[in-house]
Amino acid sequence: MRINCPYCGPRGNEEFAYLGDATVRRPDPAAEDAAAQFYEYVYLRDNPAGSHRELWYHGGGCRSWLVVTRNIRTHEISDVAFADAGDKP
Amino acid sequence: MSGTHRLQSGGLIDRGKPLSFSFDCESHAGFAGDTLASALVANGVKLVGRSFKYHRPRGIFTAGSEEPNALVELRGGVRREPNTRATVTELYDGLIAASQNRWPSLRHDIGAVNDRLSRFLVAGFYYKTFMWPAKFWELLYEPLIRRAAGLGRAAGAEDPDIYEKAFAHCDVLVIGAGPAGLMATLAAGRTGARVILADEDFRLGGRLLAERCEIGGRPAVDWVAEIEAELAAMPDVRIMRRTAVTGVYDHGQYSAIERVNDHVATPPEHEPRQRSWKIVAKRAVLAAGAHERAIAFGNNDRPGVMLAGAARTYVNRFAAAPGRRLAVFTNNDDGPRTAADAREAGIEVAAVIDSRTGARVTRVRGRHGVRLIDVADADGRTSTIECDALAVSGGWNPAVHLTCHLGGKPVWNDEIAAFVPGALPPGMTVAGAAAGALTLARCLGGGMTAGVTAAAACGFAIAAITQPRADDEGAAVTAMWHVKDSRGKAFVDLQNDVTTKDVALATQEGFGSVEHLKRYTTLGMATDQGKTANVLGLAILAQASARAIPQVGTTTYRPPYVPVSFGAMAGHHRGRDFRPTRLPPSHAWATEQGAVFVEAGAWLRAQYYPRAGEADWLKTVNREVAATRAHVGVCDVSTLGKIEIEGANAGVFLDRVYANTFSTLPVGKARYGLMLREDGFVMDDGTASRLAPERFFMTTTTAQAVRVMQHLEFCHQVLWPALDVQMVSVSEQWAQFSIAGPRSRDVLAKLVDADLGDAAFPHLGCREVTACGVAARLFRLSFSGELAYELAVPARHGDATIRAIMAAGAEFGITPYGTEALGVMRIEKGHVAGNEINGQLTARDLGLGRMMSTKKDFVGRVMAQRPALLDPERPALVGFKPVDGARRLRAGAHFLKIGAGATAENDEGYMTSVAYSPMVKSWIGLGVLRRGPERIGERVRAYDPVRNGDVEVEVTSPIFVDPEGARLHG
Repeated sequence: MRINCPYCGPRGNEEFAYLGDATVRRPDPAAEDAAAQFYEYVYLRDNPAGSHRELWYHGGGCRSWLVVTRNIRTHEISDVAFADAGDKP
Repeated sequence: MSGTHRLQSGGLIDRGKPLSFSFDCESHAGFAGDTLASALVANGVKLVGRSFKYHRPRGIFTAGSEEPNALVELRGGVRREPNTRATVTELYDGLIAASQNRWPSLRHDIGAVNDRLSRFLVAGFYYKTFMWPAKFWELLYEPLIRRAAGLGRAAGAEDPDIYEKAFAHCDVLVIGAGPAGLMATLAAGRTGARVILADEDFRLGGRLLAERCEIGGRPAVDWVAEIEAELAAMPDVRIMRRTAVTGVYDHGQYSAIERVNDHVATPPEHEPRQRSWKIVAKRAVLAAGAHERAIAFGNNDRPGVMLAGAARTYVNRFAAAPGRRLAVFTNNDDGPRTAADAREAGIEVAAVIDSRTGARVTRVRGRHGVRLIDVADADGRTSTIECDALAVSGGWNPAVHLTCHLGGKPVWNDEIAAFVPGALPPGMTVAGAAAGALTLARCLGGGMTAGVTAAAACGFAIAAITQPRADDEGAAVTAMWHVKDSRGKAFVDLQNDVTTKDVALATQEGFGSVEHLKRYTTLGMATDQGKTANVLGLAILAQASARAIPQVGTTTYRPPYVPVSFGAMAGHHRGRDFRPTRLPPSHAWATEQGAVFVEAGAWLRAQYYPRAGEADWLKTVNREVAATRAHVGVCDVSTLGKIEIEGANAGVFLDRVYANTFSTLPVGKARYGLMLREDGFVMDDGTASRLAPERFFMTTTTAQAVRVMQHLEFCHQVLWPALDVQMVSVSEQWAQFSIAGPRSRDVLAKLVDADLGDAAFPHLGCREVTACGVAARLFRLSFSGELAYELAVPARHGDATIRAIMAAGAEFGITPYGTEALGVMRIEKGHVAGNEINGQLTARDLGLGRMMSTKKDFVGRVMAQRPALLDPERPALVGFKPVDGARRLRAGAHFLKIGAGATAENDEGYMTSVAYSPMVKSWIGLGVLRRGPERIGERVRAYDPVRNGDVEVEVTSPIFVDPEGARLHG
């Protein structure tokens, strides 16, 4: 596969490390049901046959964490964005 | 004139450059431009090998990479290369080749008895025969099968040649340099696009080299030369000869093998034998042509039986006559063309048997070469024809392989009675015979359109190009697969010896799915991947099971398209170069000291420094430990991961990634830190030092350095992007030395310009200093339990610094120590390391539960509180000593109660680290034991069945030396 890093341009996937689902959010550790929420956050993943938003780390390049939208049936990549885009203060 | 079967004139061989070669120790002559196969044909050599299963005599069947029969051992000695296809081996002077799978000789082969036993060696033979009794498998069956398996012999020694990997990028990749590929390249090249043209042959032209045809009113080879010259002059067109594209991967990536120096005996110095390419292309034009297929009839495998297209290749391209009297058996218009070409070359044509008239060949006679063929006509009248070669054409299969590597399925085309490409990989178009366009004019036109379209898709404006004039020669075919009234074995797959009977038997036994047929009969599973066999096999399967061919379908085409050597896959990554070796800054100095090195991840670290007279490593390590604890020692700890963390929120950030608190750490102080994974288990440990209010310096373990960096970036960029913090790895930038022992302060006092007194620089202090005239950092940290410092200097000063430390320490008896002594001292102190931080243990398990702050959140906090992880029954860290002080301990041993049986239910934990302690004067160990800390003084068994270990041990505190920590202060 090739991933179009928004900082470095298109690069081979051997430069990247895969983490997994980018849609999960670290729960509020102070929540009453934090234990249950963290269990879901750490262990439970959907496995959709189709479009999947997933985290890749460009360790062999700019060290950005990226959210890659990839069809896991065809490997077609429709979008690549910085994981921290828009969240900067 | 060379060779009894060399034609007087014609061919694309260089008669001015004669070459000599040997086959099975017999000398022959050929010309530059020959392949080994064409030179053998020209010398009248018909018998070239023995088949895999039945040891049947075999000859040359094709003229390309699809060859199933003519596999030879090429070269000798360490360069001996088994199973090399003679048809793609370029002839060079002095080439040595030998036949395979025969004993004692090719002509008289004992193994040929298998042919007589063939009634027992049918499909599924192995599955049926070698099943019972089960215990016979290892003793008898496997060695027997191993001896019988395989064809050629590997060299059995390390390959002396170089292989390499390379990368290329282009707009348009054209695969195949036949008429379609050349037109596509020309059309795309003229637009200015960056084009790569790859072809497995050593000469461009494809089938144009093998056929008597004209383009634009001139011989086709002249047209090829003209196009080649124009392409060579284009700066952005790269022609890659001897390069087979072997696979298609996602997003326009292609693998290819370039046989750079296979056509010489020994590659020139510093040049590789083969080069493995990864080509990234925006668009690809597949113009890989088509493979001719055979017809199944009696003894269709005899030497002298050859595909008709191959016969024309040998006659027209190589001026080599496959026989003196040629018969042709065909179901399509290639038959008459073959006969015409043979006559033109002066070869007598005995007969053209065209199945479209109802005629067929029922049997070939002549064991080591065709002598006679039995022929039947539509009315069943039989006759016998004398000939010494038989050209067969069963039609053409487009080379759809590369269109299927991403999951595309080929579709059946009735007009040419073959599969053509179905859904294509993104960015790929197919042109010419590969697309099912089997005639010359259609190849030229299809190639031109594909080239223009591909370049346009890359944004290049169309350039002027016209399609050259050529004829659409006859290509009509009427499917004919199997001569039903054959006598003798009718082969489908020549390389794996699969016959029509095997296919029928598989169907009868219920293996009617094409994927089952393949695995049950091994059809198409040889190194040729069934290029001449598969479609024939599934057509016969379709007939046998009364289905249509499209219903039967094809097996899956997978990379590589042609065999790839392991050397090319490995490239430079072999032996010591398998992966990069990282050398710490003191490496050169340690080498001078005679250090013994050990691989620690990618690093090569000094393990110990033996001195003359030390009988074994243990003596050396004991001396290093004793000297450090009594005087002073020095160890290179540069391999630790080092990360600089800066920003207004740096302290907050560290609070979130470490289990303990760092935001309260004063400037000028260091603290031990424990990092958890989000699932609550320990990930890594290390230290962080506060160099300035908004600046920390973190160390990680050597093994986890890369992973911790990735984790910190994750925490920052994904979890808490709002935090004002930046980080950078400086592992390579700093050389760091641990100076440990009661005299360490005295050594350092001679090197740095700072007050090292306890008051000015207490335990866990850190500060910037000048050491040996260089800006350096000094940390008062101890892994060994002694008064100890870590001195960090810019990496380029590392070598000078270790020498300065040794010189300054000489008067105090300074001793360099390696990773072994480092390990001994940390085990003596009960400090955890990689063996304990193994991904299965929590902070509580390691006796570090109190480090987990209750005043803040951090990664892993919530999950570490899961009830099962708080269970007091969990094994926890303690120390161990053998009851009999002379016994040796082994890491990995499991703990059992005394008297308990060695069963998994009785397992109470395991030993993680062991060392011989010169301080305790016995072996000591760390390990995790159920309710361990409550059981100090108890005895348990350390049971290690793998190494016959069964030692009674006493449970102790994990701290064996100086439990009060008095030595830390010197």
